[in-house]
Amino acid sequence: MGLLSKKDSKLILDPLADNNPITIQVLGICSALAITAQLKASIVMAISVVFVLGVGNVVISLMRNIIPSKIRIIVQLVVVAALVIIVDQVLKAFAYELSKELSVFIGLIITNCIIMGRFEAFALGNGPWRSFLDGIGNAAGYGVILIIVGFFRELLGSGTLLGFKVLGDPISKTGLYALGYENNGFMLLSPMALIVIGIIIWVQRSRNKELIEE
Amino acid sequence: MEHIELFFKSIFIDNMVFATFLGMCSYLAVSKKVSTAVGLGAAVIFVLAVTVPINWLLDQYLLQDGALAWLGEEYASYDLGFLSFILFIATIATMVQLVEIVVEKFSPSLYNSLGIFLPLIAVNCAILGGSLFMQSREIPTLGLALNYGISSGIGWFLAILAIAAIREKIRYSNVPAPLRGLGITFIITGLMAIGFMSFGGMLTGGDEETPSLDSNPENMGIKTEQIQEENTETAQTVEVSTITKQ
Repeated sequence: MGLLSKKDSKLILDPLADNNPITIQVLGICSALAITAQLKASIVMAISVVFVLGVGNVVISLMRNIIPSKIRIIVQLVVVAALVIIVDQVLKAFAYELSKELSVFIGLIITNCIIMGRFEAFALGNGPWRSFLDGIGNAAGYGVILIIVGFFRELLGSGTLLGFKVLGDPISKTGLYALGYENNGFMLLSPMALIVIGIIIWVQRSRNKELIEE
Repeated sequence: MEHIELFFKSIFIDNMVFATFLGMCSYLAVSKKVSTAVGLGAAVIFVLAVTVPINWLLDQYLLQDGALAWLGEEYASYDLGFLSFILFIATIATMVQLVEIVVEKFSPSLYNSLGIFLPLIAVNCAILGGSLFMQSREIPTLGLALNYGISSGIGWFLAILAIAAIREKIRYSNVPAPLRGLGITFIITGLMAIGFMSFGGMLTGGDEETPSLDSNPENMGIKTEQIQEENTETAQTVEVSTITKQ
């Protein structure tokens, strides 16, 4: 990365794996799991969070010296809410079906703990450019987990990816279905999102022993 | 009857944690001990019971399409729905501050047990989620909105109490090292959520569709898929019959 110094690229790359917001910092699980039954919804959610966190971190970082510390939570909430309204209106205008499917979960980006967490921990103490990189990195780390969960749930649950029938057609029995394979409808139900994340954490921590909790 | 139905539906069938994953952050972070879990759970019930009715009033008289009609004829065509996020979260943040001040003044003992949790609650997704679901499910009266706030709070309380008790016990079990702590908590929550799904048939006796289906985005996806499959099936049978005729 010629464009970024080593320290800056660390800001982006760290949250993708070793300091992942979901599996290590345990932030931002709230609003996201319910929408991972389909890969498309997960990707849209990930992009929305990247936008909100990247721009929000810059805004908060620019205002960090003029926000009185007593009311900073309310200021932060208003900044996030304004950004989320933009995302919501854009989705309603250009992808109405998808925005119906995501229903209240776009609104719940406001209370996504990653966003408040990064504002508090990083944007209030750093300049705009570094805050931007930090925001993009953390939101991408969050998005990666969402996309992994969405990938497995859609593939195993309905045998499709982004709506394409990658495993063959279950009705006319082509592809894998000709061999007697059945979709696991259970993967589409909400509890399986939790179990899939549990397994991701298991895999990650067995690969990197330093992360194991006492 | 309407009230009883909504009450049990919000506690068990549409449970905040197990059906919609709201408030998962504090649910995971504060569930290490039963006593703190009880404190946070009580604070969530309290704040939901205050904010949902207030946001219901805001929604009815400010935000909905045509809600400003009480100001006069010329305002009847306004739709301020796009402002609901910012207004709801502002209400919640101010109410939490207000509740904190009032509780500190009038009941120091309650403040000592709830106090540390109250600031946490402003950013708890369960609170904003309660208001947003109240709006999207179009709850008709103020009484039902209050009922919805309290009962979904109780559902959240039950969930965090149960997981805290399990986590206290599981400390003595031999869990595989990489799963310890967070991992096993996720998997237990998933299993509990599967258990809670069995409440789905409670209100209808299991014969009809569960009432929670309409509002859950995932189930909507499943339903449309089923319909699509049926359509393609009928299309295929038509094709087959035309072929056999030929």
